[in-house]
Amino acid sequence: MDAEFCIAENQFALMIKKTIADFLWGKFMENAVNLWPLVGVLVIIAGFLLRFNPMLVVALAAVATGIAVPLPWSNILSEIGTGFVKTRTLPLIILLPLAVIGLLERHGLRDRAQAWISQITVATVGRLLIAYLLLRQLTAAFGLTGLGGHPQMVRPLLAPMVEGTAQTRYGQISLQLRHKLRAYAAATDNVGLFFGEDIFVAFGAIVLMVTFLHQSGIDVAPATVAVWGIPTAVCAFLIHATRLFLLDRQLDRAWLPGNLPQSPEVAVAAAGFDANGISASPAELMQESKS
Amino acid sequence: MIISITYLYWLVGLILLIVGGMILLDREHPKRFLSGGFWLIYALIFLFGDHLPATLVGVFVIAMAVIAGAGGVTAAKARELTSAARSVSVERLGNRLFIPALTIPLVTVVGTLLAPHLKIGQMVLLDPKNITLVSFGLGCVIALAVACYLTRDTVTQSLRETRRLTDSLGWAVVLPQMLGMLGLVFSDAGVGKAVAHLTTSYIDMDYRITAVVVYCVGMALFTMVMGNGFAAFPVMTGGVGVPILYGVYHANPAVMVAIGMFSGYCGTLLTPMAANYNIVPAVLELPNKHAVIKVQIATALPLLLCNIALLYFLMLH
Repeated sequence: MDAEFCIAENQFALMIKKTIADFLWGKFMENAVNLWPLVGVLVIIAGFLLRFNPMLVVALAAVATGIAVPLPWSNILSEIGTGFVKTRTLPLIILLPLAVIGLLERHGLRDRAQAWISQITVATVGRLLIAYLLLRQLTAAFGLTGLGGHPQMVRPLLAPMVEGTAQTRYGQISLQLRHKLRAYAAATDNVGLFFGEDIFVAFGAIVLMVTFLHQSGIDVAPATVAVWGIPTAVCAFLIHATRLFLLDRQLDRAWLPGNLPQSPEVAVAAAGFDANGISASPAELMQESKS
Repeated sequence: MIISITYLYWLVGLILLIVGGMILLDREHPKRFLSGGFWLIYALIFLFGDHLPATLVGVFVIAMAVIAGAGGVTAAKARELTSAARSVSVERLGNRLFIPALTIPLVTVVGTLLAPHLKIGQMVLLDPKNITLVSFGLGCVIALAVACYLTRDTVTQSLRETRRLTDSLGWAVVLPQMLGMLGLVFSDAGVGKAVAHLTTSYIDMDYRITAVVVYCVGMALFTMVMGNGFAAFPVMTGGVGVPILYGVYHANPAVMVAIGMFSGYCGTLLTPMAANYNIVPAVLELPNKHAVIKVQIATALPLLLCNIALLYFLMLH
């Protein structure tokens, strides 16, 4: 009896102990998730608000994350080094074509592209930007991301063409409208690039996605990922093109002769940005060549 | 295998070594030592990255960040062909100028498709683990040969042009790789786990739609913080995508990552952190720095909704 009771008591005690342990372990597990590494995210936000150089901010965020974990200094550095060596594939796509593109630019690739694009005669701002959006998305999807971009395409070519189109259709336009049209040109270039390049199989993002999945034990062909990007790319085109179509209607309502608002800024507008989109100030030309 | 990705690293290392050397020796360059040093350090990482101790590479990376942060990576004044000489060239070459530019994607696609059949004896010609990248690299080399033949210019000149472009792009060339590195550091430090913990303990993901919304909106928000979908991707996919969407709801991983990354791109349209896309339009002389982002909001938000719907309905394919 006693022995049995003892066993029962022991079992009971063990059971209670186990329950308490489970409870504590569960609590422990819940608390075991270390929230300190999120400090790195805060560094990114703070660095941006303080307008530090993005490269420096990223390096600081990596160091701060390491300190927060916490890791010893040598481990933080080796962690950064290992990560940097592992991601060497990313800049290949930017650096390798530079020699060809540079040489072609020297021989007038941009001039030729400009001449070729200007053959597409379109009557309205919206249609011109929709055509550019389509062209940008398609060329980016074939890996030709270098054909656009703000300093090399939007400023010298697209923005002046858009403003010229508006001027032909509406007469003199306000400086405010010019700024709006330039912002639309830049935004259209971005949307076309982002939602085109991810369909190109050799693009860095696809390489990154496939590599990450592979490390998680899932094998996927890069081409499959590219194909499943197409539905979103089509949606992006439809949404942005609709907005450009509505922009045309809105501009027509506000600016077609008859309901033209009188604006004191009109005279200023013509001086700011000449037909080639290059302003006379050498300082600004310098700024352009930098970016 | 005959052509491996390591050769591309060496090629880029060699190019950067020459670019760095050119800048270092250019007496007219405003910051030749800092700029030249920046590119030379980068060249060393490409040439010997696999053999250098990781700690030393870490020191190199910090040094590069400090040089960039101190404003040491600036461009020299560019010397381009005069517009008169260019128009003679354009006149002569016409649309043939597009041929070398189109050679790169053409060789990439053809190389990717033919890779399994390209063998010399028992040796596979292209690195089977990195077929697309190696084909792309090969495409660049072939395109350069075509460009030199068409323009009757030299490889030396193409290196000068590479230097001009590298110089003008500056540290922005390295930023994607820095963000990729930060993503790996975050993932090793458990930032993904912390984010996953925050989302899973406060958001009930018992419904597929909730999990999809958390993944897509999380990608967009995290991309806004990081300025780049590349850094957000490992965090959200490691935290929510793989364990919940793939693990619990059996999502097709290709659909998941493709739409997840595009949700991140919606975030890129909304953030000043993506300076090279949203703030660089300063070259357009816009008085409001955020004018471009303002235009992009009305495209990015509906597109994010589309992504959520697409992922929800396509994930079981």
